[in-house]
Amino acid sequence: MSHHKLEARSLYFSYPDGHEAVKNVSFTIYHGESVGLIGANGAGKSTLLMLLMGILFPSRGEVLVGDVRLTKKTLPAIRQRLGFVFQNPDDQLFMTTVYDDVAFGPRNYGLDEDEVKIRAEKALEMVGIPHLRDRAPFKLSGGEKRVAAIASVLSMQPDILIMDEPTSALDPKSRRRVINLLKNFEHTKIIASHDLDMVLETCRRVIVLNEGEIAADGITEEILFNKELLESCGLEIPLSLQNCPVCGTFKSHISHVKKWDLSFSCKCQD
Amino acid sequence: MSNIINSLYNIRLLDDLARKKTFIHSIHPLIKLLTTIVYVAVLASFERHEVSALLPFVFYPVFILSFAEIPVVPILKRVLLVEPLIIGIGILNPLFDNYIVVFGDIVVSRGWLTFLSIFIKCSLAVTVSILLVATTGMDRLAIALRMLKIPRIFALQLLLTYRYIWLLIEESLRMVRAYSLRAPGQKGVKINDLGSFLGQMLLRAFDRAQRIYQAMSLRGFTGEYNAGDVPKIKFRDFVYFAAWSLFFIIARIYNIAVLIGALFTGVGR
Amino acid sequence: MHMADALISPAVGGTMLAATAGIAAYSAKKVQNDMDESKIPLMGVMGAFVFAAQMINFSIPGTGSSGHLGGGMLLAILLGPYAAFLTMASILLIQALFFGDGGLLAYGCNVFNLGFYTCFVAYPLIYKKLVRKGVNPRSIFVGSMVSSVVGLQLGAFSVVVQTLLSGKTELPFGQFLLLMQPIHLAIGVIEGLATAAIVTFIWRARPEILERVAFGKSLGGVPIKKVLTGLVVAVVIVGGLLSWFASTNPDGLEWSIERVMGTTELETPDGIHKVFSEIQSRTAFLPDYGFKTDQDDVQNQPAVEDEESWPSVNAGTSVSGIVGGAMTLVLAAFMGWIINILKKKRGKAVA
Ligand SMILES: Nc1ncnc2c1ncn2[C@@H]1O[C@H](COP(=O)(O)OP(=O)(O)OP(=O)(O)O)[C@@H](O)[C@H]1O
Ligand SMILES: [Mg+2]
Repeated sequence: MSHHKLEARSLYFSYPDGHEAVKNVSFTIYHGESVGLIGANGAGKSTLLMLLMGILFPSRGEVLVGDVRLTKKTLPAIRQRLGFVFQNPDDQLFMTTVYDDVAFGPRNYGLDEDEVKIRAEKALEMVGIPHLRDRAPFKLSGGEKRVAAIASVLSMQPDILIMDEPTSALDPKSRRRVINLLKNFEHTKIIASHDLDMVLETCRRVIVLNEGEIAADGITEEILFNKELLESCGLEIPLSLQNCPVCGTFKSHISHVKKWDLSFSCKCQD
Repeated sequence: MSNIINSLYNIRLLDDLARKKTFIHSIHPLIKLLTTIVYVAVLASFERHEVSALLPFVFYPVFILSFAEIPVVPILKRVLLVEPLIIGIGILNPLFDNYIVVFGDIVVSRGWLTFLSIFIKCSLAVTVSILLVATTGMDRLAIALRMLKIPRIFALQLLLTYRYIWLLIEESLRMVRAYSLRAPGQKGVKINDLGSFLGQMLLRAFDRAQRIYQAMSLRGFTGEYNAGDVPKIKFRDFVYFAAWSLFFIIARIYNIAVLIGALFTGVGR
Repeated sequence: MHMADALISPAVGGTMLAATAGIAAYSAKKVQNDMDESKIPLMGVMGAFVFAAQMINFSIPGTGSSGHLGGGMLLAILLGPYAAFLTMASILLIQALFFGDGGLLAYGCNVFNLGFYTCFVAYPLIYKKLVRKGVNPRSIFVGSMVSSVVGLQLGAFSVVVQTLLSGKTELPFGQFLLLMQPIHLAIGVIEGLATAAIVTFIWRARPEILERVAFGKSLGGVPIKKVLTGLVVAVVIVGGLLSWFASTNPDGLEWSIERVMGTTELETPDGIHKVFSEIQSRTAFLPDYGFKTDQDDVQNQPAVEDEESWPSVNAGTSVSGIVGGAMTLVLAAFMGWIINILKKKRGKAVA
């Protein structure tokens, strides 16, 4: 299904103040892939995502969705296929009830109200919050806001989900819920985050950004084990892969990690 | 700082109350809005010395308070907070009109009647406005406004303002707290700091608006506000409106309080 | 000051609502035609900002008192007049509904008094003129100060006129004016100070925000001629309507009702007037002022139905009024109580 492909071709972007936030970035993401985009604060993750969404336009290079080049003209059609979840759900949930927010997108695409209702309810169902339907977004907890924001994007039935920091500022339980949710989506996904443990669980592939440039692009386990690479990019090995805090031996090898066991189980405790 | 907290609490309370599910809540928002407007207009049409004829109008808010299960105390508190201003204006009346009126053995200057009249009108009008949101909610009121053909931009803008009031008031509360911790014993923010204090807040609000706009346009917003279908007005909504309007008009023409009084005292006719 | 439902007549309230709705519709059209849709969320967030900013008290140097921002002029400077007017209108609506400031009937008056003069008179005719030569802290200060003061003076004057045309208080025009204008001069100066401080900060930090409005498309530009013509037309229509309403006896309805109910007779026992003047001198304000009910007047001209002779000195009716009023309140309270009990019972039965 080539139309689910997302391609960046040598993207460059500078902010008006001259700061070059994205430099020569190229990659292709295929249907069904889940890709983690990691990098330190200010590495350019958010900027890159905005370039993919057409919120910003690159000074050089191009973005292709399917086989269509992203331009001002193709923007409306392309945006319908990309769902973007903002870093701060308060920016994304701007209506006075959760339902109106989830219905906002479908309504703008001119669907009739019955269809809007079906889609909105399905989206709420998918993230497990049908009971929050009539609540005001400003009265939701952080975790509830986050999943509501995801629902507001799912209702547009996008082919590709793009998320900026989906687990930041969440407590462990809410974070776990979002992670499980992400694991179950069959969409093509791009997730920008510094929560490397979450990336480890939800993504097969990782792209590392460092000062606007791609420092690495490969299989998650390989990259997240590469201490040198991560540290040179201002990152750390995920907690779940670090040494055992009790006996200090390296905690596990990949086969162990693959069980996605995030507790500090170690032989020393047996 | 306490008034910031009070406002937050007030908005939150009214929003919570509006999500109850009672008979009053289920009345069509437009009908409730129109009934409230008729009520306030009839109330305002009373002449300035009128006092006793205003009293039967208390039935309407009492009816709503009880049927909609609205707690009385917080609503009254809110009403009381508005009174000082109206008392300020009202208290001047006895100064300018001290023509004498007699009630049995009581003698007062007529200005006091005007004062009392203004006071009662104000209390009732404020109560029913607050009860309107408390039983309808901002989102459904926006539906009523749209049905009145209010420009869509205005409706959307109103909802956005309402949505972000909460967030920005909380933010201002945090900022005032942080400021007052570093400026103990000071009454409010110094005017010299005001520019940067509110200015910072404003810049953040600007950036937020930008991001909200992006979020909106990513979901297909092009300046047209598509708000979905409006609920239909049912027969019982009409009955509700007609019954109350009839009551208001009767209470406007006949002084019900005096009629009741006449029953008990046997005088007046 | 917010105009209150209790102070206006339906005629004045209705006229102002209509006038405001007209201006709002025109502004909405302007906003929709002229601007990029990114201004819509901006208007929403700015409305919330002003709402929050109004709650922050700041100390006023040398007075020991504190004040707060009103925000009308700030909105006009940041958003341009049309968007600012709409934003002001939604702030005032939320205030009326949630806080009881103003009211639904007085809503039109309030939007007009606080929005119209600021956005369509003070901003284009004063602020823009004063900063046209160049935006700098001095021109921002002078512009904000003068336009805020003028805007609020016009608004205060408008409050006085609306109150008097409504005839719901006894306040004489002159005194009320003398009360309102100086208070609003002080409020205007504070508003000017605050507005200038914020605008200067923005100008230093992010000048492009101000430029977007000042030199932006038609957003900031209010064609002066059009505004003036519109203003004159509005004044003529509104003034005409208002004076028509005012000239028809505002108490006409009352009189006819009183005739129907036959309550305007004078049955005052003779001696009571002596008691009157005694008690009155103790209870009422300014006992000498306007104490015109001297015995002869009242007794000799019982049929004259002018304002002065109205007070129904009918002891019987008045007592009925008091008793009936009390009964009404008791009845209302009783009704509420019964409903509550019934509801609770039903709740239990269901549970
Ligand atoms: N509006 C802007 N104007 C100028 N520079 C900006 C702007 N937004 C971001 N930058 C700069 O661009 C660089 C990349 O920022 P970006 O927000 O993309 O980083 P990020 O990887 O998302 O960081 P974080 O993890 O903190 O979210 C940073 O150095 C930042 O300072
Ligand atoms: Mg970021």
